[in-house]
Amino acid sequence: MSVKMNLNCPIPQLDFDRITLGHGSGGVLTHKLLDSGVFDLLSNEILDKKHDGAFLNLEGEVAMSTDSFVVNPVFFPGGDIGELAINGTVNDLAMCGAIPKYLSLAFIIEEGLLMQDFWNILVSIKAAAERAGVKVVTGDTKVVERGKGDQIFINTTGIGTIHPKAKISDTHIKTGDKIIVSNSIANHGIAIMSVREGLEFETEILSDTCALNEPVLQLIENFADGIHVMRDPTRGGLGTVLAEIAKDQKIGIDIAQTTIPVEEQVNGACELLGLDPLYVANEGVFITIVDGSIANEVCEQLKVFDTCAKASIIGEIVDDHKGQVIIQSAIGGRRVVNMLPGEQLPRIC
Amino acid sequence: MKFISEYREPELVKKYLERLHEVTTQEWTIMEVCGGQTHSLVKNGILNLLPDKIRMVHGPGCPVCVTPLNLIDKAIYLAEEKNVILCSFGDMLRVPGSKKSLLEAKANGADIRILYSPLEAVEIASNNPDREVVFFAVGFETTAPANALSVVHAIRGGIKNYSILASHVLVPPAIKAVLSDPENLIQGFLAAGHVCTIMGMEDYYPIVKEHNVPIVATGFEPVDLLQGILMVVEQLEKGKAEVENQYSRVVDRDGNKSAKDIISKVFKVSDRDWRGIGEIPESGYEIRQELDMYDADHKFEINIAKAQECQDCIAGDVLKGLKKPHECPQFGKGCTPLNPLGAPMVSSEGACAAYYHFANVEFEEPVS
Repeated sequence: MSVKMNLNCPIPQLDFDRITLGHGSGGVLTHKLLDSGVFDLLSNEILDKKHDGAFLNLEGEVAMSTDSFVVNPVFFPGGDIGELAINGTVNDLAMCGAIPKYLSLAFIIEEGLLMQDFWNILVSIKAAAERAGVKVVTGDTKVVERGKGDQIFINTTGIGTIHPKAKISDTHIKTGDKIIVSNSIANHGIAIMSVREGLEFETEILSDTCALNEPVLQLIENFADGIHVMRDPTRGGLGTVLAEIAKDQKIGIDIAQTTIPVEEQVNGACELLGLDPLYVANEGVFITIVDGSIANEVCEQLKVFDTCAKASIIGEIVDDHKGQVIIQSAIGGRRVVNMLPGEQLPRIC
Repeated sequence: MKFISEYREPELVKKYLERLHEVTTQEWTIMEVCGGQTHSLVKNGILNLLPDKIRMVHGPGCPVCVTPLNLIDKAIYLAEEKNVILCSFGDMLRVPGSKKSLLEAKANGADIRILYSPLEAVEIASNNPDREVVFFAVGFETTAPANALSVVHAIRGGIKNYSILASHVLVPPAIKAVLSDPENLIQGFLAAGHVCTIMGMEDYYPIVKEHNVPIVATGFEPVDLLQGILMVVEQLEKGKAEVENQYSRVVDRDGNKSAKDIISKVFKVSDRDWRGIGEIPESGYEIRQELDMYDADHKFEINIAKAQECQDCIAGDVLKGLKKPHECPQFGKGCTPLNPLGAPMVSSEGACAAYYHFANVEFEEPVS
């Protein structure tokens, strides 16, 4: 969900319209880049101290998460790498039942990246951080020679305080719990793939990248220990996350294909590319496993949020086929959902 | 989704299943030839909805699985040549060669690109005049027209740095080979719908006549497959053996003339080695002699020894339908999609991988 900001890049270009190795040298160019770019744009009282690290005051139990972001193309339908880097770590914290507070932000930039692109990524980072209510408090910038990176890589590490009512743990899962997916799956992976493959559809498929802390924290506030597990099925998709849970917790999971929300054009693209939406990446979807008695209510509350409009109960925990996920196909057949053995590779025919 | 969802309609599926249960009075062994059909049968959980008396056997119709080891080694050899860009469909990359896979060669620095269409490879050749671009042209009759077209485009564009490493195999000779095997158990066939779309149905009449088996050209969606199986079973129950066309919304008896024309412009029929099965006479395509500058096997000197297949792998028996994937002692143990001993464990259309991914708990041991 990109925010259109047509801000011109104010970073003094010093005759550079592209990032050069000098911008990562730690010298004058680095300072110019940071002062007029990162620091000004992301300014807050902690970052403004420009110390080697951030001084933070946190109370209670803390969650921490880190993630690195590499995506080609850097700008894609529905978002860009900057927004992804904020939302990704915010969501990982939210899945722990934490209120995301502070992020570190580190860039590895390939020599030659357009200054205007870098600026656009920063603007997008600022907007995403504001939407998620997090502050960027420390960071780093390195530049690598052309050919040794892919335009820009971003790492974010986040810290959040655990919501006092949160009782999130895989070990709380029990037979009869219901599994809810928060929105249509596979949009992000297909949005990226269709740009890479030059595919066009009647309506553009947009990445689902968004921060999920608001709906997640509301669920915890309202249902407390009724919410047993939350996970965001990013790489590997929904199928992989469920297979992981079933295997690690030695529980049986039943899901029904017809209840899993997939947008029609996403489904069409999956057919065309020979991919299974169950294994396609998401960046704005989470699954939650909740007490069976509250499942309908959880689902209804989620649907109030735009980012969770297609929330759906897709299955339940069963006292059978322990360690396995079984999907009931649309026609009533049953099969196992396994973890992918690697990348999904496009098929010949 | 138009023209797909209609063929996944649960009510229709139910009707076909009911009818199938009604008409089946004896045990029948039927082979679906195409890997795409295997994938769909397993993915949709159709196998355990069928009457117990119907045994589906998964045929040799996965091009990835039957591409000879030697040819994969050749592709890897070419990819590792400094000046070569090797282009391939995605699922060939993980197939184990004798020493490594294309995916490993890529990780070691070979310039290997995954494409959806061979025409993209011609474009890459045109944009990289100083490099040699080789397309690993794998497939059945279905992919042959596009691969042939890429050569035609290269000729038209005067592109001399493009060639294909062709590994094309043909369905009818494979059916004949299965039927001629003394151990054959197959009593009826679902012919591969997409292959028939290109080639038509003509080749199947002599087979039906000689071997007295029903052959039904069949599509890939649940309703297609069940209708195809029903058509075969109805024939078997009545003691008939005919060529029928379930996939008539796509398949014409004569096939696609322009596609066939372009195939014959570039390729000629030749004997072919099938991985796990051996040589089948007149079962593949090779590039016509007058176009040998577009034949990578001819253009480059590839000196590699012919490697031996892994002895533990029973791919041959699986591809001929003599054994089910899970009857292999290595299945899910020594052989997994991450570490495949044989090709059927690699492609999602390979029978072993289809069983591994979608193994049905009701008749399979859980795979760990």
